[in-house]
Amino acid sequence: MIGAAGTILRKDLRLELRTKESVPAMTLFTLTVYVLFHFGLDRDSLDGELASGVLWVTLLLAAVIGVSRLFAAEREQGGIDGLLLAPVDRTSLFLAKSAALFLFLVAVEVVALPAFGLLLLGPGLGGALPELLAILVLGDLGIAAVGALVAALAAETRARELIAPLLLLPLLVPVLIACAQATEPLLRQTQGPEDLGRWLGLLTLYDVVFVLLSVAVFDYLLED
Amino acid sequence: MDPAIELDGLERRYGERVALTGVTVSVPRGATLAVLGANGAGKTTLLRVLAGLLRPHAGSARVLSAELPRERWKVPGQVGYLGHEPLLYRDLTGRENLRYHARLHGLDGSRVEKLLAAVGMDRRADDPLHDLSRGMVQRLAAARALLHDPPLLLLDEPRAHLDPAAAELLEPLIGRGSGRTRVLVSHDVEGALGEADLALGLKGGHQVFAGSVEPAAARELYR
Repeated sequence: MIGAAGTILRKDLRLELRTKESVPAMTLFTLTVYVLFHFGLDRDSLDGELASGVLWVTLLLAAVIGVSRLFAAEREQGGIDGLLLAPVDRTSLFLAKSAALFLFLVAVEVVALPAFGLLLLGPGLGGALPELLAILVLGDLGIAAVGALVAALAAETRARELIAPLLLLPLLVPVLIACAQATEPLLRQTQGPEDLGRWLGLLTLYDVVFVLLSVAVFDYLLED
Repeated sequence: MDPAIELDGLERRYGERVALTGVTVSVPRGATLAVLGANGAGKTTLLRVLAGLLRPHAGSARVLSAELPRERWKVPGQVGYLGHEPLLYRDLTGRENLRYHARLHGLDGSRVEKLLAAVGMDRRADDPLHDLSRGMVQRLAAARALLHDPPLLLLDEPRAHLDPAAAELLEPLIGRGSGRTRVLVSHDVEGALGEADLALGLKGGHQVFAGSVEPAAARELYR
């Protein structure tokens, strides 16, 4: 199963490198929104809750773009049939798609985070970076697991562009709350981190639950 | 020896619409079954059921000794499916596509190179599919269907888009001489009956005949 997942993931990354359909669009969207906030809020810098909320809501909305495109090649070019005709566990498709979405999000954040610091944070991210990276990794894992599940579900429907965000965003509310709450103290100008462990624990629990749930139900999503 | 395919009262629906009903046929191993019928008769649905891509809703279906849908997991890896869609990625090259499918089947690259040469695509193997003609893509799709050397071939208009030279090139691989059990969907009634051991006629999802049939009777399916 892991070998097949690796094969599918390599194919997905190769397709993304060649077509540049998802990551550039997600990155451009994120940068545009940060620029809009920079001018729209008309403030020199953000901190605390507002900064944290802007960071995470923007990343979540960017993830919607990635989720909408996650199964595009499979749907439009018969990839799912090709996979179902091979003697591989269907869970490998879920693992590959989750891993691809996770890597797409990481690629977006490599560009988006410095831009966020530059455009919207006064003192910059500086010393908060190690904790913020831990939050980003756990947040991205949750988004990737739920995103792959929702993308597979939406791929089988006619109104897939509508279904993906409508299903994805409510399911990601716990991720948003935990990530925003965990990030908020890191972006405060006056105080250090607090309650970080509690929110990271909640994120870890969410990730474990949704990875297990997705693995359990993914097979049924591919049924005719 | 078990027949390669044994269907008894097979039925498949899409929602309320019955796409196939009462299909009863037995195909010995190594034989060719020609499936005939007008557009919408249920031919592609039948192939997809046999490939394990669709589950039957009633009746019984055995494919290479696997009872469908209960033992559907046994079917992938045993059938070569060459349908309307090539099941290849347009932005990958022919070689990349075949290597991807080979790895999914647990095969190494040598089989890929052998098949690229066999379908006459070794010189264009590093071109992305969107730069190739539909006939070239069809040759690569045939190579994909044959990668794992399947004992059963499910062929839906396999010579569509092929020029005579390419059709001749593929003949030993997917034709009667391939030695495999074949289910062949075609609108070329005479051609299909000429290379088949038995025929199945479908009209509106219903079986009209199964066994041997005269071309004139088969052509009635299209009236």
